[in-house]
Amino acid sequence: MSILVGKDTRLVVQGITGSAGSFHTRQCMAFGTNVVAGVTPGKGGQLFEEKVPIFHTVRDAVKETGANASMIFVPPKFAADAILEAADSGVSLVVVITEGIPILDMVKVKPVLDAKGVRMIGPNCPGIITPGEKCKIGIMPAQIHKPGRIGVISRSGTLTYEAVFQLTQLGIGQSTCIGIGGDPVIGTQFIDALALFEADPNTDGVIMIGEIGGNAEVKAAQFIKEKMTKPVAAFIAGKAAPPGRRMGHAGAIISGGNDTADAKIKILEAANIRVASTPSHMGVAMKEQLLERGLLR
Amino acid sequence: MKIHEYQAKALLKKYGVPVPNGQVAFSVEEATAVAKQLGVGDKKVVVKAQIHAGGRGKGGGVKLAGTLDQAIAHSKAILGMTLITHQTGPQGQLVKRLLIEDGCNIQHEYYFGMVLDRETSRVTIMASTEGGMDIEEVAAKTPEKILKAQIHPATGVGDYQINQLFFDLGLPKSAAKDFRNVVLGCYNAYVQEDASLFEINPLVLTKEGGLLALDGKINFDDNAGFRHPEWAELRDMDEEEPTEIQAAKFELSYVKLDGNIGCLVNGAGLAMSTMDIIKHHGGEPANFLDVGGSASQEAVTEGFKIILSDPHVKGILVNIFGGIMKCDVIAAAVIAAAKQIQMTVPLVVRLEGTNVDLGKSMLNDSGLAIVSADDLNDAAQKIVKAIGA
Ligand SMILES: Nc1ncnc2c1ncn2[C@@H]1O[C@H](COP(=O)(O)OP(=O)(O)O)[C@@H](O)[C@H]1O
Ligand SMILES: [Mg+2]
Repeated sequence: MSILVGKDTRLVVQGITGSAGSFHTRQCMAFGTNVVAGVTPGKGGQLFEEKVPIFHTVRDAVKETGANASMIFVPPKFAADAILEAADSGVSLVVVITEGIPILDMVKVKPVLDAKGVRMIGPNCPGIITPGEKCKIGIMPAQIHKPGRIGVISRSGTLTYEAVFQLTQLGIGQSTCIGIGGDPVIGTQFIDALALFEADPNTDGVIMIGEIGGNAEVKAAQFIKEKMTKPVAAFIAGKAAPPGRRMGHAGAIISGGNDTADAKIKILEAANIRVASTPSHMGVAMKEQLLERGLLR
Repeated sequence: MKIHEYQAKALLKKYGVPVPNGQVAFSVEEATAVAKQLGVGDKKVVVKAQIHAGGRGKGGGVKLAGTLDQAIAHSKAILGMTLITHQTGPQGQLVKRLLIEDGCNIQHEYYFGMVLDRETSRVTIMASTEGGMDIEEVAAKTPEKILKAQIHPATGVGDYQINQLFFDLGLPKSAAKDFRNVVLGCYNAYVQEDASLFEINPLVLTKEGGLLALDGKINFDDNAGFRHPEWAELRDMDEEEPTEIQAAKFELSYVKLDGNIGCLVNGAGLAMSTMDIIKHHGGEPANFLDVGGSASQEAVTEGFKIILSDPHVKGILVNIFGGIMKCDVIAAAVIAAAKQIQMTVPLVVRLEGTNVDLGKSMLNDSGLAIVSADDLNDAAQKIVKAIGA
């Protein structure tokens, strides 16, 4: 069953009638995701694509359809409220695609989710996909994926696609791929996802893609060293980034001496984790380890 | 977004944080008037360069004046100077505004700041007895000298937390009320004004026994701009790269760097990686540029214009991972944009995603000097070679 999402996932989409929301919901459905409901206040009672019922509230959507996961496309201004609504309505997984949510909104939301035991992925992320079970919740291009046994975790969207693409080109499929998001406050950290992959019988190894800013990769290095038996290949983006400048992602900024790419790579290597020398070598860095362990013929 | 010290102090004052009396001046005349009004002669005033970068004191941008003549002389010297500090870079920053404020008798300089702690997702107060210096240095060398208090968003600052900080800093009783005002004022301001960073360095204990915020640095969370129309007035365009302002108008994320290979990429992580791999092959990236997920013709055209406005750029690497966008659509956008701006520098394009072969053949048949690359590694090697680095 790989991790977090799969054939039992019943998805409700918040913001299903917006332009991004409707476009990507269609893409998810085309891939095979079981989209059971949409939510747009004021548009309850309508049908999306002539088959998915739309509700005014998430509570009604969950009650009527048994949705257990939500994908959020609500604009930044209203996104925090949408996340709280999802958490309050009984779904166990909330995937927040929205980019640009005020940081202090997320500071308030996070402890509420933690207390309820609701898992959030994102915000500011491409989402999550389990190719082998035809479940995609997010904006990633499905066709580059291949069902298989490698997990991918990343703070960046297109860089995740790059890694997935490399794996697929090498003939290596993926169990689940997660974009955890580029913001300073996110729901699922590297260590959370690593723990899930370690425990997943359908995953043989993990690619972890980090970047400058924060210390999530440092925590991950410690976790991998102490707790993981499966091979991990890492890449850290931003070697060429100057300090003090925000590189696109709200969270990608060097603000001390320990959050540079070089510092993180050093710490990962000190924990015996293989780090790809360039972004073109992420797939290879995984493949080598699978071969060494006899996990690939 | 960053603001000036005088703007930060006005905000702090509104929230009850004690700051010296003072006012901004845009000319020597205005500075003279402020100094007189503050009563210079009977007391000292301080003339302070207003630029966003810190380290002004060491760079000669903060001067004490005991007389009106001195205040005028300092104002003349500082206004219009190009101030170089460790934060401005070697080119320095032109001083166009001054803050003239009361001088104070310093007993001790403390550090007081607030940031988001990413590990706990909490707003965190940081305080230290080692004020005045670079706090990063203190953090690196003597981390135990930085006191921290994490604030739960539901409860706000606890009295016990104020107490802990007060006693751990070893502040005298006379400063108790001021300290409470500093902590609560800063926290309230941080939350209500959507800050992403607060730094009062130094927060001083005066000889008279009270506290004063002598410096003030506030950054705002750009994501919260929609609920702060007042930020427009606080913004100082002179402090920003013109190309970055232009990029922001088109919702492009651009950061100017020192190299000569321009990069145009979709996605922040991929854009950083593209810079990295250029460097790996011996080149130097001229910029970071994320044109966003769609990579439309408009975005690409504007991106090219911005990249080429930097005279150092000798070649451009376009790296688009199409994904849901089809490569032929992106190729058409790149070709149209390159034609529109009459591209003269070598252009290497790496496309990936649906219809990649069609996209590549369009690039090759365009009649333009576009080199198409097979993958990221190939692209970086080709552009580095093309500019002869
Ligand atoms: N109003 C003032 N009265 C007395 N001394 C001051 C005053 N303002 C600044 N100073 C002194 O100048 C130093 C540098 O000023 P500051 O505002 O911190 O600028 P920067 O951090 O850019 O160097 C302070 O550490 C303090 O010692
Ligand atoms: Mg200072």
